[in-house]
Amino acid sequence: MTKENLESIFSKYPGNKKDGLLPILQEIQDQQGYLTDELLAEVGKYLNLPSNKVYGVATFYDQFRFHSQGQYHIRICNGTACHLIGSSTYLAELEKQLKVKAGSTSKDRKFSIEISNCMGACDSAPVIQINDVFYTHVTDSDLDRCIRSIKEKTE
Amino acid sequence: MQFDVEINNQPVSAKRGETIKNVLDRIGIHVPTLCYLSGFSPTGGCRMCVVEVDGFSELVPSCSHPVTEWMKIKTHSPRVLKARKVLVELLLAGHPDDCLYCERSGKCGLQDLAAELNVRERKYHGKRQNIQIDKACLSIVRDPAKCVLCGRCIRICDEIIGVSAIDIVGRGSESKIGTTYNKGLNTHTCVKCGQCIMVCPTGALTEKSNIQAVLDALNNPVLFPVIQFSPTVPASIGEDFNIKASKDILNLLRAALKKMGFRQVFDTSMTADLTIMEEAAEFIERFQKHENLPFLTSCCPSWVKYIESTRPQLLSNLSTTASPQQMMGRLIKNYIASSAGQKVENVFVVSVMPCTAKKHEADQDRMNDGITRNVDVVITTRELVSLIRLLGIDFNSLEPEPVDTHYSMRSAAGNLFGISGGHLEGLLRTVYQMMTGQEMSTLKINELRGLKGRKEAKIKIGKATLFVAAVSGLANVKSLVEDIEARRDNFSIIEVMACPNGCINGGGQKLNPDEKSIKSRMKALYDVDEEEMIRVAHKNPVIIDLYEKFLAKPGSDRNKELLHVVRTTREGSCVIHFTGNLCLP
Repeated sequence: MTKENLESIFSKYPGNKKDGLLPILQEIQDQQGYLTDELLAEVGKYLNLPSNKVYGVATFYDQFRFHSQGQYHIRICNGTACHLIGSSTYLAELEKQLKVKAGSTSKDRKFSIEISNCMGACDSAPVIQINDVFYTHVTDSDLDRCIRSIKEKTE
Repeated sequence: MQFDVEINNQPVSAKRGETIKNVLDRIGIHVPTLCYLSGFSPTGGCRMCVVEVDGFSELVPSCSHPVTEWMKIKTHSPRVLKARKVLVELLLAGHPDDCLYCERSGKCGLQDLAAELNVRERKYHGKRQNIQIDKACLSIVRDPAKCVLCGRCIRICDEIIGVSAIDIVGRGSESKIGTTYNKGLNTHTCVKCGQCIMVCPTGALTEKSNIQAVLDALNNPVLFPVIQFSPTVPASIGEDFNIKASKDILNLLRAALKKMGFRQVFDTSMTADLTIMEEAAEFIERFQKHENLPFLTSCCPSWVKYIESTRPQLLSNLSTTASPQQMMGRLIKNYIASSAGQKVENVFVVSVMPCTAKKHEADQDRMNDGITRNVDVVITTRELVSLIRLLGIDFNSLEPEPVDTHYSMRSAAGNLFGISGGHLEGLLRTVYQMMTGQEMSTLKINELRGLKGRKEAKIKIGKATLFVAAVSGLANVKSLVEDIEARRDNFSIIEVMACPNGCINGGGQKLNPDEKSIKSRMKALYDVDEEEMIRVAHKNPVIIDLYEKFLAKPGSDRNKELLHVVRTTREGSCVIHFTGNLCLP
């Protein structure tokens, strides 16, 4: 992310007001894909907050990532409905098959998994999002197919 | 407004605006706490202080709940006791079972609570946190597994020190105390002051122990171990051995150190006098040239670290004079050792400081070879107490030992370095003499004494008037720096100590000090100032002797090489920008 990009984000939140913290972080993540320590320090400098406080707030929310996404970024919903229907077993399966832990990116940068709060499609639970595509009413065989297909595409 | 409330079936009068805990404290009912810190706004986080109030369905935290007129409070009802016990049991569920080996054993708030509430078995088995111990820092070791998330360290770091080096990271059961990007304290804005250790109820924060290194040196027949101690050590060590602070304790301390096996015992107050001489010369030079003012003192390593990593623009204002600890190390290794017939490589300098940051400072300062440290090992007052106990020295039955080296002579000015404002007071006495050729008429400067975080005084020296300030508690620096940058006040000299009230309340002192012991330590040092024959640094015969035999005149180039430091910023350290009001949206 260039300095100009960062400046243009800051300029939308004038006056160094602390209530700009979350939207600034969101915009940075939209452009950069994730938050780096240098960027957190810059945000802290702009808002007059220690970067440790910025980091503390950012880690409170699931929406922020601190490392780059994989080529395939998988979000698995852990809202109440999805959780009850067993999304955690799917998560375990994904972690096992793709050899990457939730909240991180595989070393070859092919896959990353993120646990998401409710995506708002509870009637279609369980819901999994791979990049921009949402998969609803996911079954064991659906998941298998998905995993196989993204593995093949990255080989 | 006064009204009555009922506590444990007894009527008690209370005032509007008080919390329940305030009332309980006043009438002498003890409720246990973990996160409560007196003087800070309560967080009500640990729930250990809950009490039962008639008409409330839930138990209420007494530290944060205001007392109201109709209240009927029960502080130790079966329901309350059960709740507290379960809380402790839950805290212990994920706590490592290593009390036997824990450094805090016997001084641990959690251990005390468990004993107090009669917790005698492990009822719940939680997931052990597998978080790495952060031990790269030379001063402070952080073991997050032992943390109970009370948040005291965060509050003191935010509100008193003002560097916000640690914060809660993550959420819910995943939350822990952490540093930015989990980089650890070492690569951080942390100033190593150790105030977090002072308030931590468990063994999650401890100083990096150097006890073994000292023992090894004492038992190495080749080495010539010598020790120096800070003036605050005799002022506070008596508390651990139930001896009132007095002049005798200095000689008892010398006797204890000799008995431990140190060949020579030095008093760091002597080099504090030397620091005054060099600083005074440095200041006067800058004052006459009108450059780099205000002159900032540099004896507090936390303050120096703060400027280096957070306020590099003030670096040129910082004094280049080495701190008394490092001066003593340099003098011993460069001069005293050889004049005593010892080889430099065999001399092992230990220093006892009330400070954890001094461990970090000693590591930065090396001899010309770039490897040998001028001060080999720094231990805190706490470590010295454990060493005295470990080596079986009965402090109370020692015979006082008089000064054994010529280099232990001190003036009262050097001795005052332990208190916020004291360093400045000592320095001004010599500055006055150097500028006017006369002594100050009254040496005591009342405006610079007392418990305030920022003290200011106007001192008339000849035709000039110096505007000086002493600041303690690093958070108080913020407004001062703003004043300096806006040139609102024309300060000439500013003394800063990171810990509140200065080194007497340093991060290496006895844990959990109360205001009474701080005042008594302060009094001990000011008493020395009243009683001592020599009250100004420039009259200390050792200092005069040193300048005659070994050093050039104060402030000269030769001394700059020997007694001064080159100051640099910390490139690559995680510079963190500072900190207005910390309230988040």
